[in-house]
Amino acid sequence: MASIRIRMTNKRRKALVGTAFISPWIIGFFIFALRPMIYSLYLSFQKVKVTPLGIKTNYVGWDNYKYAFVSDTTFVEKVLHYLREMALNVPIIVTFSLIIALLINQKIKMRGIFRTIFFLPVIITSGPVINELLSQGVTNIPNIESYSMFEMVKQSLTPAVANPIMYLFKQIIMVLWFSGVQILIFLAGLQKVDHSLYEAARIDGASPWEAFWKLTLPMLMPLVLVNFIYTIVYISTFALNEIIVMIKDNMFNTTTGFGYATAIAWIYFVLIAIVLAIWSLLLRTRKS
Amino acid sequence: MKQQQVKQQSVAVLTRIRKLLLGMGENDGIVFKLVVYLLLIGIGFIYLYPLLFMLVNSFMSLDDLVNSMVKWIPTSLYTENYEKALQVLNFRKTLMQTILVAGVPSIIQMVMTSVIGYGFARFDFPLKKLWFALMIATFIIPPSVTMIPTYLMFKDYHLLGTLKTYIYPAFLGQGLKSALFIMIFYQFFKKLPVVLEEAAQIDGAGYLKMFYRIAVPTAGPAFIIVFLFSFVWYWNESYLAALYFGNKLTILPLELQKFTDSFTKMFPQSGGQGNQINEAIKMAGTMLTIAPLLVVYFVLQRWFVEGVDRSGITGE
Repeated sequence: MASIRIRMTNKRRKALVGTAFISPWIIGFFIFALRPMIYSLYLSFQKVKVTPLGIKTNYVGWDNYKYAFVSDTTFVEKVLHYLREMALNVPIIVTFSLIIALLINQKIKMRGIFRTIFFLPVIITSGPVINELLSQGVTNIPNIESYSMFEMVKQSLTPAVANPIMYLFKQIIMVLWFSGVQILIFLAGLQKVDHSLYEAARIDGASPWEAFWKLTLPMLMPLVLVNFIYTIVYISTFALNEIIVMIKDNMFNTTTGFGYATAIAWIYFVLIAIVLAIWSLLLRTRKS
Repeated sequence: MKQQQVKQQSVAVLTRIRKLLLGMGENDGIVFKLVVYLLLIGIGFIYLYPLLFMLVNSFMSLDDLVNSMVKWIPTSLYTENYEKALQVLNFRKTLMQTILVAGVPSIIQMVMTSVIGYGFARFDFPLKKLWFALMIATFIIPPSVTMIPTYLMFKDYHLLGTLKTYIYPAFLGQGLKSALFIMIFYQFFKKLPVVLEEAAQIDGAGYLKMFYRIAVPTAGPAFIIVFLFSFVWYWNESYLAALYFGNKLTILPLELQKFTDSFTKMFPQSGGQGNQINEAIKMAGTMLTIAPLLVVYFVLQRWFVEGVDRSGITGE
């Protein structure tokens, strides 16, 4: 009996300590995060007019949401395009960044310089440089289709096979620029992998290939999930994303307005949540 | 007999070549190494290309810019672009402010997200799943939607025009992309063996002591990347900075946005052709804006490698 009571109080104490550790977040959530969220949800049911005197609202019920699906022809189209991109790009980006992280974690020459170079996308894509570069056209491969190699791919394969390949090549540059953060997260994770395990595996006759699948990948799996989440959120919310652009355009549009913009944003939010749930479910089943 | 011997010899030579090229056991072969270096250099070049392009162009005089013969190597090392850009950005003062604006919130954010991540990773408590889900929800909500409501909220709290608009949310785990950092720390602390904690508990260590004595030293790489990301993202966040600080504080990327205007104010057109703004001067300004970040990364990157060794020791 006594031992049970001790265990109970111990459990309760741990719960208390745990709550104490995350309490800054809970307080912050109520002070800083909840209010803007509720306010924007409220606005999505209103016709909003921004006047010099302040914001004027007019309750319209579900009209904004109906408008998105029924009257606004571009929205549904953009959503479908977005979902297709999510299914293709996210796994490509995560796989690519994993490979790069493995490569720059090896004992290669000039590792520091390589690591610095692979940090560049983090600095460049989040800052003023990307605008400068986009206006200069430095980040594109000019006219990829003019290369004969791609022409060959196009002609020798059926469209069903050739189109995804072409799409892939066009996306490669974008994939490269979107992978900076993920590469570093994987690299940080790889620092934690115990080297003695690899030696043991080698003595047991495991090839590097087997060691990767049986040792490295399972240890990195939690970070694969983090990177999946980050990639999904990043692609979904970066400033040049089609739907984000649409939200911004509608914010200051006089006919649709801020209310409609927030309504789209909330639909979009649910969509991202669903994509996230599907991917994390897929990853979890693969793990078990 | 002889034929067999030759055959045997050739087989031995072949396996040796194969060993050399494709690798055996602990040695990677030449072919593999070649592929790795080619891949890294190729991709590295794509990342480096825009920067090189800017660097080269920022050293070009007007004559070089106009001259179609000059593409990659300027005829002379022309530093006047940088001299002008330093003036236009009001570099020393702006740099100090930017370091303050990016540095203080990112240190606070790193510390607090590690504490919160530790709480999520090592303890069970009521509503844990709900809090975690809400945390992810704050991460996936498109920022363009909450931006204006957040601005109005800060106005209500009388925080606008001060660094508090960054510091307070960062302290309470609501800073820029805090959810990502909490998740990174969560995954790092989750892997910590329970044995270590139990041993510390027997030694009479409290939970806070257990956190910074045992958990923190094992997560060195996580601290470094979280600080780096946070620092870079606060550094580059010109939109929120303009919205929250008004004209009370400024950062380098903001000054860069105003570059053309400031330039024409500082160097009136009447001063002749040499006083006109051109791409080279703007690129010099852009280089000055990101150069400090590269320096910070290059310094911390060394720690990254050192952190490996240290965590290797504690792991054993």
